[in-house]
Amino acid sequence: MSHLLEVQNLKVTFALRFGDLTAINGVSFSLDRGEKLGLVGESGAGKSVTGFAIINLISKPGFISGGRVLFNGNDISSVPDARMREIRGDRISMIFQDPMMTLNPVLTIGTQMVETIRAHRNISKPKARNIALEKLKKVYIPSPEKRLSQYPHEFSGGMRQRIIIAISLLTDPAIIIADEPTTALDVTIQAEIMDLLQELCESEEMGLILITHDLAVVSQVTEKTAVMYAGKIIEYGPTGAIVRDPIHPYTQGLINALPGALKPGEKLHQIPGMMPTLTDIPPGCAFNPRCTMKENICETEVPDLLEIEKERMVACHMKTGR
Amino acid sequence: MKRFQKSYFLHSFKHDKTAMTSFFLLACFIILSVTAPLVSPYNPYDAENIDIMNAETPPMWLEGGSSAFILGTDNMGRDLLSTMIYGLRISVLIGIGAVSLQAFIGILMGLMAGYVGGKVDSVLMRIADIQFSFPYLMVAIFISAIFQVMFGIGSFEKLAVPLLIIIIGLSEWPVYARTIRASVMGEKNKEYVEAARVIGLSRPVIMIRHVLPNTLTSVLVISTIQVANAVMSEAALSFLGLGMPVTKPSLGSLIRAGFEYIFSGSWWITIFPGIFLVLFVLVVNLLGDWLRDVLNPKLYKG
Amino acid sequence: MFAFIVRRTAQAIFVMLVIGLIGFSIKTRIGDPVRDMVGERVTPQERKQIRQKLGLNDPFLTQYVRFLGKAVHGDLGLSFFYKKPALDVIIAKAPATMEMVMGAGLLIVLISFPLGVYTALKPRTPFSRFVMGFSTLGVSIPVFLTAIMLIYIFGVQLHWLPSYGRGDTVDVFGNGWWMSGFFTADGLKHLILPSISLASIELPLFIRLIRSEMMEVLETEYIKYAWAKGLSRMRIWLLHAFKNTLLPVITVFGVQIGIMFAFTILTETVFQWQGMGYMFLEAVERSDTSLLIAYLVVVGSVFVVVNTVVDIIYGFINPTVRIAGTK
Repeated sequence: MSHLLEVQNLKVTFALRFGDLTAINGVSFSLDRGEKLGLVGESGAGKSVTGFAIINLISKPGFISGGRVLFNGNDISSVPDARMREIRGDRISMIFQDPMMTLNPVLTIGTQMVETIRAHRNISKPKARNIALEKLKKVYIPSPEKRLSQYPHEFSGGMRQRIIIAISLLTDPAIIIADEPTTALDVTIQAEIMDLLQELCESEEMGLILITHDLAVVSQVTEKTAVMYAGKIIEYGPTGAIVRDPIHPYTQGLINALPGALKPGEKLHQIPGMMPTLTDIPPGCAFNPRCTMKENICETEVPDLLEIEKERMVACHMKTGR
Repeated sequence: MKRFQKSYFLHSFKHDKTAMTSFFLLACFIILSVTAPLVSPYNPYDAENIDIMNAETPPMWLEGGSSAFILGTDNMGRDLLSTMIYGLRISVLIGIGAVSLQAFIGILMGLMAGYVGGKVDSVLMRIADIQFSFPYLMVAIFISAIFQVMFGIGSFEKLAVPLLIIIIGLSEWPVYARTIRASVMGEKNKEYVEAARVIGLSRPVIMIRHVLPNTLTSVLVISTIQVANAVMSEAALSFLGLGMPVTKPSLGSLIRAGFEYIFSGSWWITIFPGIFLVLFVLVVNLLGDWLRDVLNPKLYKG
Repeated sequence: MFAFIVRRTAQAIFVMLVIGLIGFSIKTRIGDPVRDMVGERVTPQERKQIRQKLGLNDPFLTQYVRFLGKAVHGDLGLSFFYKKPALDVIIAKAPATMEMVMGAGLLIVLISFPLGVYTALKPRTPFSRFVMGFSTLGVSIPVFLTAIMLIYIFGVQLHWLPSYGRGDTVDVFGNGWWMSGFFTADGLKHLILPSISLASIELPLFIRLIRSEMMEVLETEYIKYAWAKGLSRMRIWLLHAFKNTLLPVITVFGVQIGIMFAFTILTETVFQWQGMGYMFLEAVERSDTSLLIAYLVVVGSVFVVVNTVVDIIYGFINPTVRIAGTK
């Protein structure tokens, strides 16, 4: 069965002055039309890099050093940039974290929307404007006609993110990659934006890759989740199952750390230690220094992501019986 | 932290050929200017050495030149090489002197404006803004001109060097003030200042002992560029006749003197001092660029 | 926005008053207005009378206000040497200087903008390195030296271009005021070397400025987002990036025009260009204080006006300033 998007053993390396650094080391997952995938992990785990890698937009000196990204069966990880530009913003759209920094401060919203459409479709400016208005309405922005001639700083944070979502819808993409879409927003707005994203993905039948550190959001919105740690996926499966019954010790730690699961008066559970930085990844399983159930093999051999039950995969020696 | 900076500093210095060459050349220049009386073949200020009959002798390797005057003589009969070395000395003196003055005033103002803030800040910055909107050269030229007209050329001569230091020093202090102020305002909110206040240290003490050292990297970077500017300003003023007098020429005055002779063929009077000047300023600029890259890339644009 | 314009203009007027005050103070300390008017051969009695008539014994403030009043009407005193109102002398010399500045300005825009953008987009090519190296060199060569070198190479050695003067000029308005060298081939030839010399001060600065601003802009999130949207390279570079680069560049341009005026003094000396700068130096030599002060007031006012206009234009172009109203 071919998926809409298939990431196979993707590796990204940064060629720095003092040596090469591998930011993501063999990441694999898939996404179908209308499916919502959560990519979860702490800061530095590699989730954003993965998002950028899918559309081959990694900042220099980073580059894709291994693996493939298949979109509708075609490998887009190695196509020339001109071809990639046709896919970016058209078939696969991306939403960044901070809407204030994402919009060009000296251009109107209208300009920034119309140019996106006209970069990918050969239609006139008036027609493009209409599409822009249509999408603005879809994200519930009031008086959209006025908005087109306004500048980014004239909007609130929540409105700006809505505009960005609208921009991502302009070309009716197949996939939206949302990189921490609500982190920079107020808590009350966060829920609105997430609801909006969810609703749109369902109504437009788009795939969504939600990159976030917030497990709670992931559990409410997505159907599938991939948990990343130090550049690798260590657990992968249906969201509900992972939240109810996490298998990998790290995931267990994450779920236990959520305050919602506690009884009043109970202390917050924390995973001791910290995720290693890219330069200090220990040999064997990257999680082993913090793991309560490790054994010798964990310190020497890197565990593969293996299927443990139907549709559930884990990278842990203890759980997969090697 | 300081140790790390020091070692990275030296490390990148040793690996950067331009930096090392520039530093070496600069050291040569400075040594030359300090040891001028010992090193140069003649003393160009000593009237006994100068014979107008020697004027406009070409450099040694050209026809008409003599080995007594390696680079030839200027329009008054002075040995060009010696005059250039002494001229360099003046340029260096004025450059460093003026920049020290600028830095002193500027840092003082900047510290006050940044740390005390409020009205003091607005007033000082207004003055700086206004002075900033006038090109420093204009200010220097104008002050020199007024001095000349007021006091006549004679007395100007005796006071030339300190006067030039003051003039150039006064015209560019806002550069320091602005940067120091920005630095101070940035540091003001950091924890160690809070801590010092909690301990009970007085404002001036906090300013000088704690905040100032952290702003010194900016000062260092700016200073190199300012020295280059000061030397160029002095050269410009001398070229216009508003700077060093003819009896104690700086490189700028030499260029001025030689300008007329370019058409009649005695090109060396202008060209050699010119090259000398450019080389000195270039070396200082290169070092300044390198310093800026190493210490803080975003500090001083252009 | 309106509030912003008002504040900025008020600030400008204040500065001009300060300039006037400085100029006037100097005038009272040096120079002798009596001599300016009637020359040296006057008896002490006549001198006293004239002083009284001119109101030179009045209190400082009264004289200052009178000075301001006259200044506003264009009367900045008489030039001792030219025996004409100082302002007239300056205005007569102004077109020569302006043309040089215009020529230089044109060169700066035409050369530094493309070079700045190019070295920002492709910093590691040999050409970029060459440009940057050359610009460091350019900053280290004083303008008068550049001018002299240019004259020596192109005038004395190659005889391609003239070494001094303005060449043939044309009377633009028919009334003898603006004698332009732009409209004759000879005049243009004379304009080339001076314009290049003047531009040579600013070119390195602008190239570096545009380059560093552009490089900074290219690292921003919104540029990355533009890439993510799949826009064409040209559009990202020339519209998204460049428009943001222009803003700080424009403010600098305004200030630099002022600096260029200062450097015209140097350039005009070398080329014997009969403009305001040359006039200034002659005035120093002749101790023509009225002219000197008039020059200060005029040039100072020009700076203030240019700076203010530039700030206001910046306010119009940058939408964030427009709405905020304050700077």
